[in-house]
Amino acid sequence: MASKNGMKIAIVGGGLAGLAAAMKIAEAGHDVDLLSVVPVKRSHSVCAQGGINGAVNTKGEGDSPYKHFDDTVYGGDFLANQGPVKRMCDMAPAIIHLFDRMGVPFSRTKEGLLDFRRFGGTLHHRTAFAGASTGQQLLYALDEQVRRFESEGKVEKFEGWEMLSLVLDDHQVCRGLVAMNLQTLELKTFPADAVIMATGGPGLIWGKSTNSQVCTGSAVSACYQQGARYANGEFIQVHPTSIPGEDKLRLMSESARGEGGRVWVPKKQGDTRSPQSIPVEERWYFLEEKYPAYGNLVPRDIATREIFQVCLDGHGIGGDNQVYLDLTHIPAEELTRKLGAILEIYEMFVGDDPRYVPMKIFPGVHYSMGGMWVDSDQRTNIPGLLGAGECDYSIHGANRLGANSLLSCVYGGFVSAASAIEYAGGVERSTTEKNGIYDAELKKQQVINDRIIKNEGDENQYKIHEELGKIMTENVTVVRYNDRLKATDDKILELKERFHRLSINDSNLWATQAVPQARQLWNMLELARVITLGALNRDESRGAHYKPEFPDRNDEEWLKTTVAEFSDESPVFSYEDVDISGIEPRARDYSKGSSKKE
Amino acid sequence: MSESNGHLQKKMLSNPPETIKVRIKRRENLKSDQYTDTFEVPYRRNLNVISVLMHIRKNPNTTDGRDVTPPVWDMNCLEQVCGICTMVINGHVMQSCSALVDDLLLESGDNTISLEPMSKFPNVRDLKVDRTPMFDHLKKVHAWVELDGSHDLGAGPAMPQETQQERYAYSRCMTCGCCLEACPQYDGDNYIGPQAIAQVRLFNMHPTGEMNREDRLEALMDDDGIANCGNSQNCVQVCPMGLPLTRAIYETNREVTVHGLFGWLRK
Repeated sequence: MASKNGMKIAIVGGGLAGLAAAMKIAEAGHDVDLLSVVPVKRSHSVCAQGGINGAVNTKGEGDSPYKHFDDTVYGGDFLANQGPVKRMCDMAPAIIHLFDRMGVPFSRTKEGLLDFRRFGGTLHHRTAFAGASTGQQLLYALDEQVRRFESEGKVEKFEGWEMLSLVLDDHQVCRGLVAMNLQTLELKTFPADAVIMATGGPGLIWGKSTNSQVCTGSAVSACYQQGARYANGEFIQVHPTSIPGEDKLRLMSESARGEGGRVWVPKKQGDTRSPQSIPVEERWYFLEEKYPAYGNLVPRDIATREIFQVCLDGHGIGGDNQVYLDLTHIPAEELTRKLGAILEIYEMFVGDDPRYVPMKIFPGVHYSMGGMWVDSDQRTNIPGLLGAGECDYSIHGANRLGANSLLSCVYGGFVSAASAIEYAGGVERSTTEKNGIYDAELKKQQVINDRIIKNEGDENQYKIHEELGKIMTENVTVVRYNDRLKATDDKILELKERFHRLSINDSNLWATQAVPQARQLWNMLELARVITLGALNRDESRGAHYKPEFPDRNDEEWLKTTVAEFSDESPVFSYEDVDISGIEPRARDYSKGSSKKE
Repeated sequence: MSESNGHLQKKMLSNPPETIKVRIKRRENLKSDQYTDTFEVPYRRNLNVISVLMHIRKNPNTTDGRDVTPPVWDMNCLEQVCGICTMVINGHVMQSCSALVDDLLLESGDNTISLEPMSKFPNVRDLKVDRTPMFDHLKKVHAWVELDGSHDLGAGPAMPQETQQERYAYSRCMTCGCCLEACPQYDGDNYIGPQAIAQVRLFNMHPTGEMNREDRLEALMDDDGIANCGNSQNCVQVCPMGLPLTRAIYETNREVTVHGLFGWLRK
């Protein structure tokens, strides 16, 4: 491969952010090694349903990137550094047009132009969508472009490889990484002038979430344990509407509410009648009642807490933890056209047809606003290491607005690509290759693998994972209490102890899943501590982080970014000021008419 | 009750068993022989095949009392959109995440479920297969739009709603392999198969993609090309995403034929 000045950039993760970065770097003429645990086309981005935000303003509503910026910052309860948010919202219309040019089958108007729908936390039609599988469509578009560069030899894919650690030189500069082949368990070093992490969220820490099985947060946790800062870990979005299942919580997209879906419970507690036989006046549309302007489209943290509280107070359907999400007042044909894919998911897994029977839903862990600390150019604190997409903490503050995640993935991918190229252009390589840092890191990782393989104890890793998921779901989701957070950390420490006594239970090492899953589990335990202790420390309520003991946002003490750094005993926390140069923090109140300061 | 009229509400298993038997076809590695292990799993309502496999992974003991290695299979999104967890379940190829135990038991009338890997791809281990050939097909047919660049060049082409909806249907292909497993013609490298042909249709229908339609059509004129379709129409019946695969084959075949007859005139 001949590339300009022999530059090589490694990207870990082949979802929307990773592919966006790969496309930009290949287009600029540089070589890319793209690593992914699954074929990139199967990344978690495919699960995003609703759409991608951009103030293209085609509906005559006077929308603008500035309003998008304001909605995002306000929706995030002012915890996001505003510089990158502003840049992202400015770039958004061009990003949507680019995907349109790539052939994404975006839904269209009668004139054949892009159609836009409304999403939570805004009063504007700002969300471009491709049916109800926008993430799948956007990911495929980038997958296609990257395949084109792959066929030209500019991108080399390593699918079925899992990153284990960074290769750092004596000055803590990132020089590449070590990864494991998931069939052979072979370890290999990937020297690189810069590494971009684009590995998505850590939903598997909660056992069951809306995330895909690859979303362990493991690779990012490995970076954290090697010195990368982790920011705002305690901010975890619990999506208001998911479908509880044995193996996972399946998402019911916000677009169901965007297209007019109404959330309600029977007024009479424990009402056993079927939903259709309950007259409208005997239904309690609690979101519409409390938030007349936004109604069912209040931001996710608010909708989640309201649904949670309604059920806690015994108003859930049949006294259970579920409420109705009702689309049956909309014509079936229109629902099929606009929401077909997500309605199929419900019908497929629950059996009822949501065009005729109201859906039963409950909140589920969905997205991490927190992640690797990055600066406004997506650079982490480790020189040569960058982050993009859900695995970085920028953009969403204390709560993410719907349809901003796909946008932030693409934005982060593009910006990190430009930063990585700029950085890599100035890297001196010659001296580092000689000093054995690659061999040393490879050996270190091999020792860990060998220990896991040889260990013969009485613990089962799947049971440890199940216990971790259970206690995290109980105590580190919608409502948080300090004593329970402390107890959760104690439990995680116990699980870490027990981890050392596990037996992988698989004598056949070819394509074994036991060894990679054991390594992921350890990394999940480390990251779970960052999340839990971050929540314990933050004595206020902001966005997705809610403590009844401290019910108000406290800007004086806590308008700060949480920064966690690894140490052998416990994460070490420090707090950083937030960039609020663009929009002055104001009280967040969706019960009034407009999100704008009047 | 109004919702209980037939298709609107799920059929329930009237006499659920206490346990279900799961027969898994296994293989230690690419070269070793296949064998079968049988497991017993407690029945609960609303289980899918993935939940059953997760239970077995945690307790890998066979019905004849042996402790065995946990079965290996691929899974990711569990929402039937990533395409990774395809298997042959009770003889039918499908996604294991959306294969519900209640439905399988209702259909078979007994309490046994059989799981096998797909047979048309290299079988890596147990239920895991290697579908690299499907991604190679996408390279071969140039399944992408040739962009001038990813910088800001303004809006894309306007397009009628009908075209968008037709393209959307093809664009939902998740490369799961069901169509190739069910196709009597497809056997490795002799026929490119419906998956790639549908992607040719997808890109040839796009105003920009159309500019390179001949590259794609020519890719389908090789020995393994579209002419190998035997018109069994199995593909369209097993596609979990409901792609109109036979229509794609029909329309693309017509394009290929016209291109074959008259394409040289344009050179």
